[in-house]
Amino acid sequence: MAAVQDGQVESDAEKETKPDASNDVAGNSSGGARSMSPNAASSASGAAKAAAPTGPGEQQTLLAVLQFLKRSKLLESVDILRREAGLSDELDESQTNDGAAAGSGAGSQGEGSVDAASLLRRVSVGGAAATNIAATTTSKGAEDQPDVSIVLSAYSQQGDPALYQVYYSGLKNFIESVLDCHRAELSQLFYPLFVHMYLELVYNNHEHEAKVFFEKFSGDQECYYRDDLRVLSGLTKKEHMKGNETLLDFRTSKFVLRISRDSYQLLKRHLQERQNNQIWLIIQEHLYIDIFDGMPRSKSQIDSMSGSLAGEARREANKAKVYYGLLKEPEIEVPLDDEDDEAENEEGKPKKKKPKKDNLGSKNKKQDPNAPQQNRIPLPELKDSDKLDKIMSMKEATKKIRLGPDTLPSICFYTFLNAYQGLTSVDVTDDSSLIAGGFADSTVRVWSVTPKKLRKVKSAADLNLIDKEADDVLERIMDEKTASESKILYGHSGPVYGISFSPDRNYLLSSSEDGTVRLWSLQTFTCLVGYKGHNYPVWDTQFSPYGYYFVSGGHDRIARLWATDHYQPLRMFAGHLADITCTHFHPNSNYVATGSADRTVRLWDVLNGNCVRIFSGHKGPIHSLAFSPNGKYVASGATDGRVLLWDIGHGLMIGELKGHTDTVYALKFSRDGEILASGSMDGTVRLWDALKAFDVETDDFTAATGHIHLPDNSQELLLGTYMTKSTPVIHLHFTRRNLLLAAGGYNSQ
Amino acid sequence: MAEREERRFAEVSRDSVKLMAESAGVEVGDEVAALLAEDVCYRLREAAQNSSQFMRHAKRRKLTVEDFNRALRWSNVEAVCGYGAQDALPFRPAKEGELFFVEDRDVNLVNLALATNIPNGCAETMVRVHVSYLDGKGNLEPQGTVPSAVQSLSEDLLKYYQQITRAILGEDPHLMKVALLDLQTNSKIAALLPYFVYVISGVKSVSHDLEQLNRLLHMVKSLVQNPYLYLGSYVRSLVSSVMYCILEPLAASINPLNDHWTLRDYAALLLSHIFWTHGDLVSGLYHQILLSLQKVLSDPVRPLCSHYGAVVGLHALGWKAVERVLYPHLPAYWANLQAVLDDYSVSNAQVKADGHKVYGAILVAVERLLKMKALSLSKPAEGGDWTPVPLPAMYCELYSFFGDSLAVRFSTGPELEGCLPALPCQPADARKETVANAAAGLDNSRKMPQLTANLNISPRPDGTHGFPFIFRPFARSSSSSSSVQRRSSSSRPGQRSAGPSRDVFPKARFPPPQAGPPSFSFLIGGRQMGRRCQGRRFQTSFGPQPPLASLPPRAYAHKLPVIGRVSKPVRRWTCSHYSLHLPL
Repeated sequence: MAAVQDGQVESDAEKETKPDASNDVAGNSSGGARSMSPNAASSASGAAKAAAPTGPGEQQTLLAVLQFLKRSKLLESVDILRREAGLSDELDESQTNDGAAAGSGAGSQGEGSVDAASLLRRVSVGGAAATNIAATTTSKGAEDQPDVSIVLSAYSQQGDPALYQVYYSGLKNFIESVLDCHRAELSQLFYPLFVHMYLELVYNNHEHEAKVFFEKFSGDQECYYRDDLRVLSGLTKKEHMKGNETLLDFRTSKFVLRISRDSYQLLKRHLQERQNNQIWLIIQEHLYIDIFDGMPRSKSQIDSMSGSLAGEARREANKAKVYYGLLKEPEIEVPLDDEDDEAENEEGKPKKKKPKKDNLGSKNKKQDPNAPQQNRIPLPELKDSDKLDKIMSMKEATKKIRLGPDTLPSICFYTFLNAYQGLTSVDVTDDSSLIAGGFADSTVRVWSVTPKKLRKVKSAADLNLIDKEADDVLERIMDEKTASESKILYGHSGPVYGISFSPDRNYLLSSSEDGTVRLWSLQTFTCLVGYKGHNYPVWDTQFSPYGYYFVSGGHDRIARLWATDHYQPLRMFAGHLADITCTHFHPNSNYVATGSADRTVRLWDVLNGNCVRIFSGHKGPIHSLAFSPNGKYVASGATDGRVLLWDIGHGLMIGELKGHTDTVYALKFSRDGEILASGSMDGTVRLWDALKAFDVETDDFTAATGHIHLPDNSQELLLGTYMTKSTPVIHLHFTRRNLLLAAGGYNSQ
Repeated sequence: MAEREERRFAEVSRDSVKLMAESAGVEVGDEVAALLAEDVCYRLREAAQNSSQFMRHAKRRKLTVEDFNRALRWSNVEAVCGYGAQDALPFRPAKEGELFFVEDRDVNLVNLALATNIPNGCAETMVRVHVSYLDGKGNLEPQGTVPSAVQSLSEDLLKYYQQITRAILGEDPHLMKVALLDLQTNSKIAALLPYFVYVISGVKSVSHDLEQLNRLLHMVKSLVQNPYLYLGSYVRSLVSSVMYCILEPLAASINPLNDHWTLRDYAALLLSHIFWTHGDLVSGLYHQILLSLQKVLSDPVRPLCSHYGAVVGLHALGWKAVERVLYPHLPAYWANLQAVLDDYSVSNAQVKADGHKVYGAILVAVERLLKMKALSLSKPAEGGDWTPVPLPAMYCELYSFFGDSLAVRFSTGPELEGCLPALPCQPADARKETVANAAAGLDNSRKMPQLTANLNISPRPDGTHGFPFIFRPFARSSSSSSSVQRRSSSSRPGQRSAGPSRDVFPKARFPPPQAGPPSFSFLIGGRQMGRRCQGRRFQTSFGPQPPLASLPPRAYAHKLPVIGRVSKPVRRWTCSHYSLHLPL
């Protein structure tokens, strides 16, 4: 497991940031060795060099690093390091060389500008005291073990364990004494520092100190970190750290903070004055401070964005262009039959454009400027049956009720009875003709909710007897004997956590604890394929709105994109720091959203597998996602009972809907996107005014910085709360006419 | 260690670890115990945290033992067994000392199995829909109750249940009749249905007691006939109970004196009744029944009484069932049956008697099959029906098995006369007609099959096939039969000629010619070759029987077991579908 995660995070880091590998490694290792890094400012280099070659331990460390660099074929870095550390004799020459090298190094880093350490150093160029820090750092690092693995490992440095409390409370006092406007921002430091200091103590076997430290300061942390703190509190031994996932996340990822330049300067000055090196080291190594120019953020602004396992999203992570527009609908002539349904014949009627729809989700004839190229990813061609279905759907759409704050939808509830708490997932077909449930007893059951019963296709022998030329051949192939209201699909060997119907209703996907995703035929009601790739429970899966592709995500933290006719995934989306709990396709099928237990939502580009958006702000694992029908927004619901709304184009949080008291397991926009329905474990369905929620003015500044001030208007947006009878709502669906269907398993206790 | 107690989570103390180690026969020091205790605590917490993940994804609030076990399994730890029950497990302190334990009562399986209280069944998972909120306003109409497996019973109902079951299973025949009648007409006992079904499913426990089985079957009948009861999916359970009586080698059938045959007949009748009246409640019921009957029939290990049950069951389900299952299976089955019937050893006597029962049952079944088929053919309305085997061919084939005991029955059915198709019902391989039927065919004016004298020397040395057989067309119209006669006569020379059709019957054998002087035996028109196995010749031998020892184990010529009322025409056979107690 550990190996998997490490690799994954590493690869992700590479993908995301694309730093020059040599620079990255050099930066890290030199940081670990406490020597002045080659890409530090030239003004600092003199002082650094004076301090660099110290005791024999230090020498050994440097040698180890050099060896590592050589092995990695980073010859230039080797040269630089050797010169800088004074290992070579030509000290005088290197002086000038060094300056040049450092300059070029800084330059190349400047483009990437991603490595926290390098960024910090770049920032610290201005501060004259940077040299001071570096010098003290190096002297302190003398106690290090001269082994590469330890040098490179995260928590090897040892300050005086007894002083940790002093350091921390010193910082705490400082932050509490600064101006209000800075205090909120700097308070963000508390949690990551606390965790890293605690882990350092544990890693270095200071169990008692760690415990005292924890007890003293754990109460200061934000309440939304409670779950993580509980995990931490159980961890008191170095051995426990191996294989602890939360911990691996902390070690392998840098906690991201956004701090205004003013606040940052304040902090830096304080640390320099106090020579609080331990904290400075942690900030350098484990934190990524994203500095912005402008007004410091308020406490509520910060709170709304923080809470994820790895801090906020970096600003540049959300800068990529996202084609969130909808694809052009294929031209299908819809028979004109506004009044009379029986006019099915295409020929007799004059060709007419499909009924105009003047709503959010309308498909205008012109190509949406924000839409991806029609063939950006290859999509399956429409079959005749698909076209028929489209026509049906358009016809239905003309009879759709226009919803709004004054016209709320009627709600039908599908109650699963006698499921004995075993109902784990539900899905409804787009035309609302079938409903399927995944159960904890490994079965998948499909019900027909129309009078049309479910029938299997006849056996091959019987099919041979059929007159293939008959008009009703599609009817004849069905075996009337098998007609029944429901069918049970057996095949999984663990609870079925996610199911999804294909848009054409011919297939059903199910994902299970047994690590497989299965594709079932709804013609024969048999399993067609078992997709093996996730080696751990698969929490969710979903078909693309155009069929053919599907996405799955699970405990292994990697979302996979599959095509039904490939037994191996087409894309692997790696980057989440904890289980992927829900997956969702964008309406244009070019993007995939995943919600995770690391409390972030990520948006992935199907074309190239890149992560194009990271949304942080949830305070608990995310269990539901929904895209607005126009593709511009995504809503996410989490265990904290909150629903957050995100603007995909700008990469911003634009709304927070508070009201549910338990995990939100279901989210769905109405067909035109005016209403957002949310269903929760607390046994309620709530309707929200989505139009109003999206109506947030976003000026350039907020768009640029992402600092939105969210109005606390949940109560105004809430249009209604509808109770069930002790039934958690685990699925919501709007029919084509905007009737809301909800589903859940009745819970008799 | 002491300050650790302040933490909120549970701890396993050092002493506990020591105790556990001791119980496993290991001595651990303080230090080791402390380390172990701490690690155990951590691992437990970790497992608990992981298990909550499974709970969240199962969309529950309650952490179950199953969740915890899943977490253990994924961290490669053996799961904890034995705590899967839904009931809460009380955690109690022992009276003396600080010992806590989970209460784990002994379960008396005997009591549980024989208890009168009936456990609640698991109702089927289903989806119910109702409009909860119309235009955003609450729907105030009652939404109905959750259908559970067993609703709670009122006192009166419970009393009724006890009285009825006592009466039915009791000694008093009069009381039983009254109870059964009430069960048949009472309109208020829907809530008791699962209970009665449960009682009936007890057939498996009383298979030694024919009387009780009979009573339970009567109970089924009453329930089925009650017009106020909706049996729903209980039909399946009832059917399985009835099928048990039909098919299982009941304990009661060990004693040959027990008349379990009647029970099977009755159960078969009941099965058809259930099927015809309630078969629509459960989809695919017919096929399931047919399948299980077929399975029994094709299982040679099963005792003959099971086979008998299968045959009468098929018969009861109608001639189409017989045609679909029994008829195609007959050739294969015949070999086995014949082996039984041919075994004259004393030890086999009982089995042989059973075999005759089966034989009789099959005979009745195929007779009806032929008759109904003939009828259905005669009706032009049903002309569209696709019949897999044309009637004449079927008759020919069946005749090859049963010989005249089949024909005898039809000869007496004048109502069939004339409506039968006047087809020359000649199978493709008509060339095999032999000399034997020349004589037989001559007096075709008779409706009864003739005794045919046949010199028993016809077997060819090669023994491949071609024992003389009498082709006996079903239709007796003179024109057709004469044509048949002509053809059969003409085909006589070809009797030895190996036509292409021989490949169809590759296994047709003939026994080596018997040594000694040729003896005459009388054949009741039996074609001597089966299709896939040795045909059975039914012959009436009038002479002294050859000693048994001289016969090969699978003799073809032996005394005809006269089955069926050969002597008396069965005129009212329709009334005696199930009376298979034929004089042997």
